[in-house]
Amino acid sequence: MLTHLPILQVILPLVAAPSCLIIRRASLVWLFTLGVSIAAFAVSALLLQQVSTSGAITYGLGGWDAPWGIEYRIDLLNAWVLLVVTGISTVVLAAARASVQAEMDQARQTLFYTLYLLCFAGLLGIVATGDVFNVFVFLEISSLATYALIALGRDRRALWAAFQYLIMGTIGATFILIGIGFLYMMTGTLNMADLAQRLPEVSSSSTVLAAFAFIVVGVCLKLALFPLHMWLPNAYSFAPSIVTAFLAATATKVALYLLVRFTFTVFGVQFSLTSLPLQSLFIGLGLAGVFVASVVAIYQVDIKRMLAYSSVAQVGYMVVGIGISSVVAVQATLLHLFNHALMKGGLFLALAGLAYRAGSCHIDAFRGLGRTMPWTMAAIVIGGISLIGMPLTVGFVSKWYLISAALESNLWFVALLVVMGSLVAVVYIWRLVEAAYFQEPAGDQPPVVGEAPLSLLLPTWLLISANLYFGIDTRLPVEVTGAAAQYLFGGAQ
Amino acid sequence: MDLLLDLALLSLLLLTAVSIAWTRDMFAAAMLTGIYGLLSASFFMTMGAVDVAFTEAAVGAGISPLLILATLALCGRNQKADPPRAMLALCLVGAVGALLIAATLDMPAFGDPGAPAHIHVAPHYIGESFAEIGIPNVVTSVLASYRAFDTLGEVVVIFTAGLGVLSLLLALREQQHPIRALSAPHPQHLVLRLVAKVLIPPILIYALYVQFHGEYGPGGGFQAGVIFAVGFILYALVFGLDAVKRVAGHGVVQFLAALGVLIYGSVGLLGMATGKNFLDYSALAADPVSGQHLGIIVIELGVGITVAAVMMLVFYLFSEQLQRGLEDGSGKELTSGRAG
Repeated sequence: MLTHLPILQVILPLVAAPSCLIIRRASLVWLFTLGVSIAAFAVSALLLQQVSTSGAITYGLGGWDAPWGIEYRIDLLNAWVLLVVTGISTVVLAAARASVQAEMDQARQTLFYTLYLLCFAGLLGIVATGDVFNVFVFLEISSLATYALIALGRDRRALWAAFQYLIMGTIGATFILIGIGFLYMMTGTLNMADLAQRLPEVSSSSTVLAAFAFIVVGVCLKLALFPLHMWLPNAYSFAPSIVTAFLAATATKVALYLLVRFTFTVFGVQFSLTSLPLQSLFIGLGLAGVFVASVVAIYQVDIKRMLAYSSVAQVGYMVVGIGISSVVAVQATLLHLFNHALMKGGLFLALAGLAYRAGSCHIDAFRGLGRTMPWTMAAIVIGGISLIGMPLTVGFVSKWYLISAALESNLWFVALLVVMGSLVAVVYIWRLVEAAYFQEPAGDQPPVVGEAPLSLLLPTWLLISANLYFGIDTRLPVEVTGAAAQYLFGGAQ
Repeated sequence: MDLLLDLALLSLLLLTAVSIAWTRDMFAAAMLTGIYGLLSASFFMTMGAVDVAFTEAAVGAGISPLLILATLALCGRNQKADPPRAMLALCLVGAVGALLIAATLDMPAFGDPGAPAHIHVAPHYIGESFAEIGIPNVVTSVLASYRAFDTLGEVVVIFTAGLGVLSLLLALREQQHPIRALSAPHPQHLVLRLVAKVLIPPILIYALYVQFHGEYGPGGGFQAGVIFAVGFILYALVFGLDAVKRVAGHGVVQFLAALGVLIYGSVGLLGMATGKNFLDYSALAADPVSGQHLGIIVIELGVGITVAAVMMLVFYLFSEQLQRGLEDGSGKELTSGRAG
């Protein structure tokens, strides 16, 4: 069975999804979905262990060898992303039941878990595959499921948000498909490793340059890189709480993985970052995203929306790392991919708890929350500290690596701007602390009855304590991402 | 001759595309979309891509205008003007178009036998697929065996789309009132009823032919599923939704949509159970080549079932929504939507 691990990673949730429709009962379906997610997490842990001891694994689907057939190829980079996605999914699903029951009618709950599994399978498929057309197919699965999941939000504006994302996401996916078509035209192959070998011969042709442009813009749309982020704040703020927690922690991470995979593996460092002016573009857009989104975040009254803008800013940091394009900088990006999943997963789950009790995530709902929901509020504060990047949290670790990478490459102004970006984060997190601990609940506000249910609180705290644990014991993420970054630059694994 | 045909088809395509973008009447745009689909299908035919042409004809010219019309019946047929936004869109489209044209500069010429697409993986498919898989249609070999996992993914895409519509339009109470809307029976339309009665059996039989003939000629589960669903939808349009639902109700259609994906997935798992890789059909029979053939027949069946079921499900949900709209009295725009 161990040889089948790469494909099991994806087909477990993929086949489980239609089975949900046959099980039907919402509570059973939830248990089933959680079980599938735990199994997927176990598979990804085994995969990472296998890859780090014996190098990259390939798996020929249908028994056909690449490039005739589709190949799954797991190396340190995607094994790491698979672990992050399955881990977050498991924690989010453990918390899902109460929140989904509160936010959706009975008839839609089964559909919700089915769509969740489809989205999950789609994201895993994008990460696991070594074939560019297969990437597109699974991108479609995850995207369609995501649009439907967002539209399930309680607020009617969720429909508009989902539609907006559908249009932007479809444009992004179409661009990626056009790019893939051009690549096939110029090389005759769809296999990533094969493409990497055959592209250098034709890399100066306008067709390959156009392919690169289409793919990078398409992926950046899915990634919500500033200024292509317009869909994200609405999507995150109107989606059901659990969907926001899942998407914020996984979907943009998978898009970031795609960007790294295409620029480093398929097109190659030489083409992507040396012969094109992409470095300064990524650093510029990344930093612009950090500042614009962080400043906009300060003025938001809906805290889900505020954290959504903060996500756009965090994507900026990750893209800056790719822009600096040294081993340490890419390691910082991969570290932040993991760390940001922990922060935003924990923070949005805490907000799910607040939405469960208070019915909204408006800043006014935070007044006096330090007393009525002490555990939820404490989680938000620690998550916020990690988001700012204070020592002893994971946020500090990735920013430390990013700043040292910038200084190593003599980009001192980048380092300075990264630090300043964190200061803006202090402002918007402080607003929450001020409301929760130093303000009385407004008179007309119905009082919050008490702490979030344990089923929500425990998963929240699991992610929040992971923020602290991996902020102190950094061995696992630093070792894996360090090796993965070296591998991307052609070094030994 | 070929050049003339290409020129005619391409200029018609251009004309249709511009008209679609130009018109504010969404009903006209929907009809033009159908024409665009048919023209593309013809263009694919002239390029020799028969399977693609068939799919485009069934989907682009067949079912998608139908679904767009159902949507228009719900939301009215007139588009509001928004000139600044249109200008912005035009600029973006212009930029993307320029990039596309730039990309053509270094492209291999159409039909160039030395083009990379013809000399790398394609020769293997053309030369070896009959020996390895045992069916004459190379396109089916690629889609259903060499790249079967992509096809599984595509089926899941369709399944996901169906579920998405279901999650949005799912009614909480069953419909109680008699049905009057898009799918109301039309007793007065004698000609329509007669033509439908004559047409539906051949449509269904043709769907089955396309389903089981995909290994030998153009066809397969996708096209067959769409054609099969169109037979049912036509019946619903003429004789009423209730009549169709007596044969295949909501529960049945949802079950079938899931079943098709599960059939496909199970064939893949069966390969794994016998020690081969996922979706390796060669273990399904004693002889690997007949195993491949059997595997393709079964997965195509799964594809057909899911596609047909999802198309019907989407149509059901749209028509039910329309009925609810009429009963809420909010369906004023519908009359204008149906007038065409």
